[in-house]
Amino acid sequence: MARTKTIPRENLRERVEELSGERVFACYQCGMCSSGCPYAEQMDRLPSQVIRDLQLDDETLLDSNAMWVCASCLACEVRCPKGVDLAKLMEALRQIHLRKALDRVSLDDLSKDEIKKLPQIALVASLRKKSG
Amino acid sequence: MTKLAYFPGCSLKDNAKRFEDAAFFVMETLGAPLEELETWNCCGTVYSLADDDLMHHIASVRNFIRTKEAGSEELVTLCAMCYNTLARVAGRVEAHADELEKINAFMDREEDYEGGIRIRHILQVLRDTIGWEALSETVVRPLDNLKIAAYYGCTLVRPQETGIDDMERPVVMADALAAVGAEPVTFPFEAECCGTYQIVDEPHLALEQSNRILRSARLAGADVVVTACPLCQHNLEQALIAPVGESEEIKSIQVVYFTELLAAALGADEATMSPVVREILSTSVTAEGGA
Ligand code: SF4
Ligand code: SF4
Repeated sequence: MARTKTIPRENLRERVEELSGERVFACYQCGMCSSGCPYAEQMDRLPSQVIRDLQLDDETLLDSNAMWVCASCLACEVRCPKGVDLAKLMEALRQIHLRKALDRVSLDDLSKDEIKKLPQIALVASLRKKSG
Repeated sequence: MTKLAYFPGCSLKDNAKRFEDAAFFVMETLGAPLEELETWNCCGTVYSLADDDLMHHIASVRNFIRTKEAGSEELVTLCAMCYNTLARVAGRVEAHADELEKINAFMDREEDYEGGIRIRHILQVLRDTIGWEALSETVVRPLDNLKIAAYYGCTLVRPQETGIDDMERPVVMADALAAVGAEPVTFPFEAECCGTYQIVDEPHLALEQSNRILRSARLAGADVVVTACPLCQHNLEQALIAPVGESEEIKSIQVVYFTELLAAALGADEATMSPVVREILSTSVTAEGGA
C-alpha cells in the first residue's frame, strides 16, 4: 500500500502540548512575542496568533507558514511574561509534519552550485529543522 | 596555565578556518593554548526543542565523553552555535537523570556519561579566566580609532540558562575589543537574529535581516562588525555581496570574526591574516608609533 503523506489533524493542541512540554493556556495574549519576532511580518499568522489558534484547537494552523518562517531565535522565549516557550510550540508544529515525512527542505531541491555556496553549518541546521 | 580542551565543530575546519587560526594564536599568546579533542563529532548544530527527541542529543553527549577521556572537565568552543547546542544538552542531561540513563543505554559502545562537563565559550574564558587587564597587557598593535560593532546574534545570549551575558544588552565581545584598543559602538540589532539556516530555503529572510543588522551598525558609526558565529558571518557577508534595497550605508562596512581582530592586536603576522583584516589595519587603524 502506498504511503500517504498526510498528517492527523485532530487533537492538535494536545499533541503540540505533548511534544513541546508547554501549556498553551498559560498565554494571556499580550502580544509581546509578536512584537519582538524579527520574522512576524513574513508569517501568515503572528506568533501570538499561533498560540491563540492552539488554544482554540484550530487545525488550520497546520497549513500556516509561521512554523517554517520561525528561525528559533528565542526572542519570544526570553521575553514572554508568562514564561511560554513559543519556539518549542513552533518546533512541535514542524515535528508533526516531519514525522510524517513531509519534509520542507530536501537536498534534491538544491542545485550543486547552491550546495557548494552554502556552508555546512547552514545545510546541516536547515536539514535538522526542516527535514525528518 | 594548563591547556584548554577545545571542540572545533565542522565550520572551524572549513569556511571559518580563519576564526580558529586567529583564536589559536590569541590563546597561545595569552598562555592558555587550545588543545583540540583527539576525536570529536558534529554537535548536532541545533538543539532539538521537541521534548521527546532525545536521539538528537546523543551527538553532543558523545563529545562530553571524549572530553572526559581527554582528562578535562571543561570544553571550550569558538562557534556560537556549537556552544549553544553543547551547553543546552549538558544542562539538560545534568537536570534529567532519567533522560541521561536512556541516552547512555542507547550508546552501547560508549562508556556511560556521568555528567559534570562544563561548556564554555571562548569569550567566557577571556573574560572570566584571563581577564580584560591581562588581555590589554599583551597588546602590541592597538586597534586605535577602529569603531567596531559587536554582533552577538541569538545563540550566545539565548536562552538565559546558557546565555553568556545579558540577554538584551550583551557587552562581552565589545569589552574584549575595547581591551585591545578598539572603540565599540552600541547598536540596537546586536542580539537580533541574522536569519540563520533560513539562508538555505528562504534566503530573502536571512538577507533582509542581515542587511538590517549591517545598516544599523553602520548608522551607529561602526567601521567593522565582529561576529562569533560562522553562520552569522556567512549571512552578513552574503548581505554585503547582495544588498537588499537601499543599502548605500552598508557598502563601506566590513565583517570579520572577533578573534581575527584580537590576533591582529596581539601581534599576529600580517601574512597569516585574511585580506579583510589587512585592509582594516591599513585603512582604519592608526599603526603603533605611526605618523
Ligand atoms: S508573549 Fe507569551 S503571553 Fe504574550 S502573547 Fe506571546 S506567548 Fe502569549
Ligand atoms: S523563535 Fe520563532 S516565533 Fe519566536 S521570535 Fe524567533 S522567529 Fe519569532
